[in-house]
Formats: sequence, structure tokens, C-alpha cells
Amino acid sequence: MNSKIRKATTHISQNEGLIFEKSSPGKKAYKLPPLDVPAVDAEEVLGKAARNDPGQLPEVSEVEIIRHFTRMSTWNYAVDHGMYPLGSCTMKYNARVNEYVARIPGLAEAHPYQPTRISQGALRIMKMLRDQLMEITGMDAITLQPAAGAHGELTGILLVRAYLESQGSPRKKILVPDSAHGTNPATAAMCGYAVENLKSNAAGMVDIASLEAQVNQDVAALMLTNPNTLGVFEQEIRKIADVLHARGALLYMDGANMNALVGKVRPGDFGADVMHLNLHKTFSTPHGGGGPGSGPVACKKILEPFLPTPVVITKPDGTLGFDYDRPQSIGRVRMFYGNFGMFVRALAYIMANGPDGLRQTTEDAVLNANYIRKHLQGLYDLPYNTPTMHEVVFSDKIQTRKGIKTGDIAKRLIDYGFHPYTVSFPLVVPGALMIEPTESESKEELDLFIDAMKQIAREAEESPEVIADAPYHTRLTRLDETAAARKPVLRWKPQAELVAK
Amino acid sequence: MRYLPKSQSDREAMLSDIGVQSIDALFAAIPEEYRLTGDLKIPRSYAESEIVEFFRDRAAENAQGYATFLGAGAYSHYRPVVIDALISRGEFFTAYTPYQPEIAQGTLQSIFEFQTMICELTGMDVANASMYDGSTGAAEGLMMAARVTGRHKSAIATSVHPEYREVIATYARYQGMPLATVAYGKDGRVDLEALDKAVDGETAGVLIQSPNFFGIIEDVAAIADVVHKRGALLVVSIAEAVSLGIVKPPTEADIVSLEAQSFGVPIGFGGPYCGVMATRDKFVRQMPGRLVGETTDRNGKRGFVLTLSTREQHIRREKATSNICTNQALVALMCNIFMTIYGKQGLKELAQQNLAKAHYAADEFRKNGAALVFEGAPFFNEFVIRTKTYPRAINDRLLEQKIIGGFPLKRFYPELENASVWCCTETTTKASIDAAAKEVAQ
Repeated sequence: MNSKIRKATTHISQNEGLIFEKSSPGKKAYKLPPLDVPAVDAEEVLGKAARNDPGQLPEVSEVEIIRHFTRMSTWNYAVDHGMYPLGSCTMKYNARVNEYVARIPGLAEAHPYQPTRISQGALRIMKMLRDQLMEITGMDAITLQPAAGAHGELTGILLVRAYLESQGSPRKKILVPDSAHGTNPATAAMCGYAVENLKSNAAGMVDIASLEAQVNQDVAALMLTNPNTLGVFEQEIRKIADVLHARGALLYMDGANMNALVGKVRPGDFGADVMHLNLHKTFSTPHGGGGPGSGPVACKKILEPFLPTPVVITKPDGTLGFDYDRPQSIGRVRMFYGNFGMFVRALAYIMANGPDGLRQTTEDAVLNANYIRKHLQGLYDLPYNTPTMHEVVFSDKIQTRKGIKTGDIAKRLIDYGFHPYTVSFPLVVPGALMIEPTESESKEELDLFIDAMKQIAREAEESPEVIADAPYHTRLTRLDETAAARKPVLRWKPQAELVAK
Repeated sequence: MRYLPKSQSDREAMLSDIGVQSIDALFAAIPEEYRLTGDLKIPRSYAESEIVEFFRDRAAENAQGYATFLGAGAYSHYRPVVIDALISRGEFFTAYTPYQPEIAQGTLQSIFEFQTMICELTGMDVANASMYDGSTGAAEGLMMAARVTGRHKSAIATSVHPEYREVIATYARYQGMPLATVAYGKDGRVDLEALDKAVDGETAGVLIQSPNFFGIIEDVAAIADVVHKRGALLVVSIAEAVSLGIVKPPTEADIVSLEAQSFGVPIGFGGPYCGVMATRDKFVRQMPGRLVGETTDRNGKRGFVLTLSTREQHIRREKATSNICTNQALVALMCNIFMTIYGKQGLKELAQQNLAKAHYAADEFRKNGAALVFEGAPFFNEFVIRTKTYPRAINDRLLEQKIIGGFPLKRFYPELENASVWCCTETTTKASIDAAAKEVAQ
């Protein structure tokens, strides 16, 4: 093992097959209580709807299940292991108290249709989160219903569409900067809009002249991430909003990077009309291997009548309830009220921080990104010299001279004990390395990361072949993704079935 | 601030390294007029003990210790403690989407197992790694049918969960997808004649739910015949996943949209839950959502990766199959562990208990003077009764006994006066069924 690798070392790791390969008939991990009513014959009550073949679910014992999932868990890298600088994803610490309170039985076991008079605690949580998110964003109204960021985008653009329709015409196009997340154009298409690209200027920001030229009576809105995916704050944000508003278009803010702004500036103050928040990014609800998320959408007064039903209201007697009577609403975007379990966690996070903690959190996130930028600038190409907020984007331009690409550097970083940054995004930077440390990293962890990146830059110069074959210290070497896509194997099949084929 | 790992001197050292005087310099890009000068108007920072106390107080304002007969799209099943013990491992819950497969095999292999078990239970060839929930999954199912067939129209049975139908209406509005509805017949099942009239040569997909919102199991084969005759696809939504332990899977469907909440997911006031989409091999490239596939590493060892991502928004942008990005991975892991715990025999036994309790309850309610609204069609663990009085009055009396009664249907089905849908699971006791039976008689 390379002595320059300070954070990681090799470690015994258990092998573990698929659960189906451990199964054998008669093993059990469950026990049901005795049935206290008469048994019924399924064939008799269900007729031809009765199931004959139960399907090949595994049969294993409880201890095997514990070991199976525990062993597999050790093959993952997670925030709990260390820095996870996946740009745009905001991999921050997930506080344990959030998990604890979300599991309190009166909250975890509440049925969405139980009468509101015995749901006041749940409603109070929704109202408090709503009020605090409105204060944090500087917006006038909010829905908590969307299940994730992209779902929030869908909701937000539907609000825009409904509002514009009420003004006479929904218009035809949504402008999306070339640096945007892929969800933005995909969302616009789902809402029946054509997508028009907006070029960035040399500073990585919206080009005001292009914007002026492109905004006309056909443009419904601009979807803008701020700070954008280069980690750059759109300094002309007020001007951008003014150009749009002057021509009857709206400003949608993708709030994926709101963690750079909380407590420092409010989108509602600088001209955004509607935005989504990712509770799983900015407000620390866990990413869980890909989800669940939660994507509340906050908006200005003009869009409030169109919010999804239901909305939480205070009734004349002071109790809380749901208002379903909203004739201008875009309708529902999800059954029930949204990912309530995430509301509990996000509110617990806000409460733990308070106003000073939230501000310090934002400051530390920005401080960390700038610290990394300062120490890696020069060794890695910095395509935009514009000030960095919560994330910094380098390119692999220097390393490609030796044939080393951003994806290779990422794989080598794994050997050094870090999760890679986001590879090859945003698309405006060829060979991008998008690094977002978040506030959760100590100076020591950042220094180790910087050291690792410096070491890899040196390796790229001196022995590029080392990087090209990385990682070396993982259970598996690089996986063949091309083969996986060419002939997809998307499920396990019993050996007998495979042989028969 | 207890979540922040830096001392003031660390911060000062870092600022000096960067070469700025103060943190404010790093926020100089924000126009000064918009920078906040004071605190946000939110409550002060709370101690952990205060946070726990706050949420315990809120929980106490909710129902606690009630027996419930509510189902209607969210089901109270027992959750084995192994589930939370395992998903609470930080390696699972503090990881992100497995974009770097060399250090995400735990998540990837477990999703591959999840996909396999969903296929086994639904009778489909391929299942994705999860969708937000059953309602949005059903909407995505119809959109997928439109992509596969190149047609535009959809038809939805009115016996599909009313909130699913509302979500679909929102999704469909601007996609040029006219929605027709298909009524239910006297037995609570899809009216086949009405279906025949609603489906034509421009229909892309037909959505039904089975067991449906009334708890009744649809005749999927007969429905599929009508739908397929016109070249449309049949999308079957399943809201009560435990039914798959004893009810024949909808193998005649082209797309199955499952809400897997019943598989060990907290009922949690409505979310997060776990949608899943499953389909035929031939349609996989039109399916939305992440997929995990098997492959090998450079040494020929088996491993798993995210695959077929050219369908997805980060590659295809406005031409993607959907805008979905984040899914419900951790919730899918709960479902995976639940399915593994119960396994081949256990899921059947569990379903048998649900079936027995619901049939006992239906019989007792009937003996006590309530009428079963839909006769003649099979039901799993939910059924609709009509009472002599308004269901809310019955439910109010039950609440005094710490029992939450069935879901009154009038809000969504004005024609079903004094009717309510009742759910029994393995957690419903005979004692609470007997207590409820007495009240429905009044």
C-alpha cells in the first residue's frame, strides 16, 4: 500500500452472495401470533384469484438476514465514514436525533386519514416547518407535498403555468441555462413546455444580453439554480428577475444549492417567484442510498391560489386542519401530504441549529469550498475564476495531457479513502470535477482530502498508469458498465431456469 | 453548534490561508442590498433533550394506542424490529445514489435483490429500483404506456384510489393525454361493458387497481382481454402489497405499479412510501427510474452497477423518460428486508391472516345489521359496508373506545351514501372487531 495514503488502509471484508443463494426450504425468520379468528380457505373465498405459486422469495433465518445486510453495508462508503464531496448532492452529516424523533410511535404510526382532531401534532409539525421554510426563503406561501427535488420542479413549473394561464396565456417556452441539472429540461417537457437553452457568459453566469434577446412573449419562465452548478452566485440576479418580469415571465429558482444561502440571503428578496427546496440536501434528511427526498415548493403571493391541495390551515377554533376547497389549485402531485417523515427530520435539524447555527452552517460550507479551491488551484485547472460559494468546479485539462480523465482521478480518490466528487458535471465544463465539501468537514479531513488530490495530481504527471487502473483497494476493481447495458441482467434467476435457457 | 466540526481558530486559520480578512469577503458576490444583516426569525437553537421533548409532545397530540380499521392506501402492518436495526446502519442511510459502484456494492446488491423479489411477486420480468410512491408511479405507468404505444389517450377505473386519480390528472394535463373514466359495476369490479366503450384505437393505457379502492380483487384477465384487443397496454396498480402473498399476481398486465408501503414501511402520516414499477422485458427501455444490473469487474468477479441510464434525465435531459432523479432507496431497503424476513412461506401466512380477519369482520358486521355493498366479488383485507347511520357518527363512538373506524366513502363517491371501507390486517384483534361490530349495528 502506498505510504502516501493516510486516511485509508486495507481491512478484512466479508464475502456474501445473493440472499437467494442462501435460501433453503423450511428456514424462517418470522413468527406470527396465533390467529384469533377462524381460518378461511383462500381457494374458497378468492376463487380463481387465489395464488398458487408463491414466487421465489428466499427462506432464511433471522441471524442470516442480519449478517447478510450487515456484510453488504460494509461495502458502502457513506458520510459516516468521511468526506463525501459529491458536488450538487450536499452530503452533510445526518444527525441521529432526527432519526430518533421520526420514529416516535405517535408520529411514525399516524394514519394519514385518521381524524384531524387526533392528528394535531402532525399538523403542528407541518405548519411549523412551513412557517420556518417561508422565513428562510423569504417567500409568502409553500407546499410540502412534492416527494423530491425534481418533483418540486414539476410542481413549481405547474404553478407558473397555471398562473400564466390565469393571465391569459400559458406561453410556450422555458429557458434553461446550459449549466442546469438534467431535471430542469426534463421537468419543463413534462409540463408541456419547449426547452430553450441559455448560454453562460465567460464568468459562468447568465449572459444578460442573451437573456434580453431570448425573453419574449413566448417565454414562461427561466429555471435558474442559484448559486449555479459552478458554485457561482448569479450576481446580476435582480437584473435577471427584472428582465423576466418586465416581459411577463417568472423566475423559477432551483433550490438545490440553497445550503449556500440559508441565513445569508433570501431568494424571495432578490426576485425569485417560485423555488423548490431539497430537504435531503440543505436540511440534512438522509440520502438513504438514493432517497427518499422531499421537495417543498415556496412561492410568492401571486402563485399561492394554485398550490396543490390540500393545504394546512388554522381553523376558527384554533385547531389545525386541511383545506381542500381550492378551485384554482393545480391539483395533487402526490397522495396524502408528502414525505412527512422527512418533515420531522428537517424541522428537528432547523431547531437544533437556530438562526445563528444555520448561518454558521452556511458560512462553514462556503469556507470549506474556498479552502479547497485555494489549495488545489494551479494543480487542477479552474475554468471559471469567479468567486466560489459552496462548491468548486475544476476540470481535468491539466491531467488529460497524460491521458488521465476526471473519472480516473475519481477512482483513484477511492484508494485514498474518499468518496469521489461529482464527475463530468456540469456539462459546461468538459471533464468537470465538481467538489462540494459541505460544512460537515473538519479542517483535518479537508487537509487529508487536499493532500490526496495533490498526490493524485503528482501521480498523473509521474505515473499516470497507476491512476488509469485505480481503484486497487476496493473489493471489486472497475466494473464493466458497457456490458451491463448491452445485455442487461436486471434480476437473479434460479440456476435451473438459467440452465433451461 | 454541535454539528459543526470547526473551532473558531480553525476558521481563522482557513480564512488566512485563503487570504481574506473575514467570512463576509466570501459572500461578496451577493449584492449587498440583499444580504441579511440580522437573524432569521426562527426559534433559538434547541438542545437535543428539548428537541426530543418537543416531538414527544407533538406525538402526544396525535392518536396513540388506538386500534385502527383504516386502510385506503396506507396499511398498518407489524414491522419486524430487524428492519430499523439494519437500515439505521450509517453505511446504508448516509450513502447516496450508487454512482461509484466500487464503493456502493452494498446498496447495489440489495437493490438487485429487491428488483428480483418484486418480479417474483408481481409476475413481471423486470422491476426498477423504486418510484416516489404508488400515486406518482401510476401516473408514470400511463405515461410509459403512451411512449410504448405512440398513442395519447388513457382510461382510468373509478375504483382506483381517488387520490391516485387526482395525481394522474395533474400529471396528464399538459402532456396531451386525455383521460377517460371507467365505472365500477354492482360487484365493485370494473364494468367490462363500460371498459369496452372507453377504450379505442387511440388508447395508450388503461389503469386499474387490484385489490381496488373498495378492497375488491379485479378480474385482471378479463380486463386485459378487452384492453389488449384494442392494442392498448394494461397498467395494474397494487396499493396493498401484502395481497401478493395470496392473490394471483396480475400476470396479464403490461406494467405493474406497486406501492410497497405494506412491506415494513412506517405508515408515518402518509410518507415516505415506496413506489415500484415492473414490466415486461421488451418495454424496459421505456421504463422510468433507476435500474441496477449485474456485471463483472476487471478480474471477472460479479458486481452490480446502475444501468440503462440513457433513459434518464441526467443524460437525455428534455427527452428523458421522466424527470425523476431521487427515488426511495432506503424505503426500498426496508421493503427488501421485510420480504426477506417473511420469505416464501411467511408472506403467504401473513396474507392468510389478513384474509381471515377481514372475512371474520365482514361476517360479524353483516350479522350486526350492516350490509356488504359489493356482493359476489372476492376481497382481500378491505371491504365496504353500508350502515343505517352516517359512518362518522359510528366512528365518533368508536373513538371513545380508542378505535379508529373505517374510511367514509362519501367524500370521494357521493353515490355511496353511508358507506365506508374497513381494513383488517394481522394486527387487528378479534376483540376490536367485535367491539366495532356492536357499533355498526347502531
